Amino acid sequence: MITFENVNKKFGSTQALDDVSFEIKQGEFVFIVGPSGAGKSTLLKIITREALPNSGKILVGNQDIIKMKTNDIPKLRRKIGFVFQDFKLLDDRTVFENVALTLEVLGKTDEEISKMVEHTLKLVEIWPQRNLFPRQLSGGEAQRSAIARAVVSKPDIVLADEPTGDLDPKTAWGVIQLLNEINSWGTTVIMATHNQEIVNTLKRRVLILKNGKITSDTKEGRYEVK
Amino acid sequence: MNRSIDYAKKNIRRTPYQAIAASMVMFMTFFALLTFSILALGFQSALQFFESKPQVIAFFKEGTTQRDVSALENALKQEPTVSNVKYVSKEDALAIYHEKNKDDPALLELVTPDILPSSLEISAKNPEDLSALAQILKKEPAIDDVIVPEDVVQTLASVTRVIRVVGISTVGFLLIFAALVILMVTGFKIRLKRNEIEIMRLIGASPSFIRTPFILEGVFYGVTGALVAWVFSYTLIWYFTPFMQGFIKEIGFLPIDPILMLILLGISLVISIFVGMLGSYGAVRRYLKI
Repeated sequence: MITFENVNKKFGSTQALDDVSFEIKQGEFVFIVGPSGAGKSTLLKIITREALPNSGKILVGNQDIIKMKTNDIPKLRRKIGFVFQDFKLLDDRTVFENVALTLEVLGKTDEEISKMVEHTLKLVEIWPQRNLFPRQLSGGEAQRSAIARAVVSKPDIVLADEPTGDLDPKTAWGVIQLLNEINSWGTTVIMATHNQEIVNTLKRRVLILKNGKITSDTKEGRYEVK
Repeated sequence: MNRSIDYAKKNIRRTPYQAIAASMVMFMTFFALLTFSILALGFQSALQFFESKPQVIAFFKEGTTQRDVSALENALKQEPTVSNVKYVSKEDALAIYHEKNKDDPALLELVTPDILPSSLEISAKNPEDLSALAQILKKEPAIDDVIVPEDVVQTLASVTRVIRVVGISTVGFLLIFAALVILMVTGFKIRLKRNEIEIMRLIGASPSFIRTPFILEGVFYGVTGALVAWVFSYTLIWYFTPFMQGFIKEIGFLPIDPILMLILLGISLVISIFVGMLGSYGAVRRYLKI
């Protein structure tokens, strides 16, 4: 599904990723963990082709995304749902409109959009808030809306960059359970985090990054902050 | 495309003051364009009217006998360059004067046949022969004054030339100004929607999906400005036509031909679409890095 082979990425003199290699299969739930600045976000940005590595090979599906033409980048991103720490919801659109945006980009009809958005908002239990604007939502509701936007088009992969970073523990657990449920549909979920409690409770595959290097890759792994 | 139109509509609705400002600049530009075009076309019609009437009018001195008049008339008819000679007596002149001023009784009361001179209206086969004919007539002892429309033609030709040059320069300047205003307004909107554009990129929107609403917005400003300018110009012409007709009835330019106005509308719309697209495309190229 996703293959990294000897991937290197430098920002100036900083080595963000250093000879990173791993493979993620379809339907896996993978935590990318490590301290701030370890290269977690860079890794996710490379998967969406927001950033290009300096060397190495990356396959997403069967596509070599480094050799990919610029015109094909939107097609790659349509297969990926992205959840951000700060939600990145549009302030001037309601929850419904924010989620519909993904489908509008895909060229769906209004009728299709209506059905799919309703279905997804009910799944993430945010349907009653559909007509509210982001400023009227709690942190948990905002993140659920952002997750709905990420999964409404049924992407193959969901990338979540510190999705619980701005949430209280109880709300964070709700979000994690939601991502877990999305994974149970067969969607590959890759979540960058440094929340050891979540990682250790969920017992999923854990890739530990330190100074841009993968120091550990374990199934049902744990993460201890030293 | 429908989605892009929806997005463009939302963009316009959410920033109405910028939309009004951009449309007003386009309105001024196209109002100037239509004004200069109509003026140039009016003067062109006047020019053609005078050129199509190659006439010299020779006014007889007071006391000229009918025999002298007939002698000169016959002599002119023998000239190979002359196509027609028409004698206008004092009574005929008064009748023409009455016809032209029938709506103003005060002007009619004061004028009698005695104060109007009789004249000969000579049409030449070719307008270039008018000045030679005028020279011959000026030497005639019975002739008091000779009017050659050549002067009018030359004056009209110069005025038309000036209107064209001033019009093209002014409209050219305004078109560049309008394109720059649309570029600035669109650029401002792109900056305002930075987050939205960033999110759209990440969820897989194609560059054309992101750019097209901004381009359509520019086209909207252009078309709105041009359309309002056309309606405004046509209303002004329609309102002032009865007044203007009193002066330039013979030229036949007024009432203005609706087909001509529709052609001007078509030209305005094409230019407005081009300018709107140019301005917004410039902004998209400059500020929207996808």
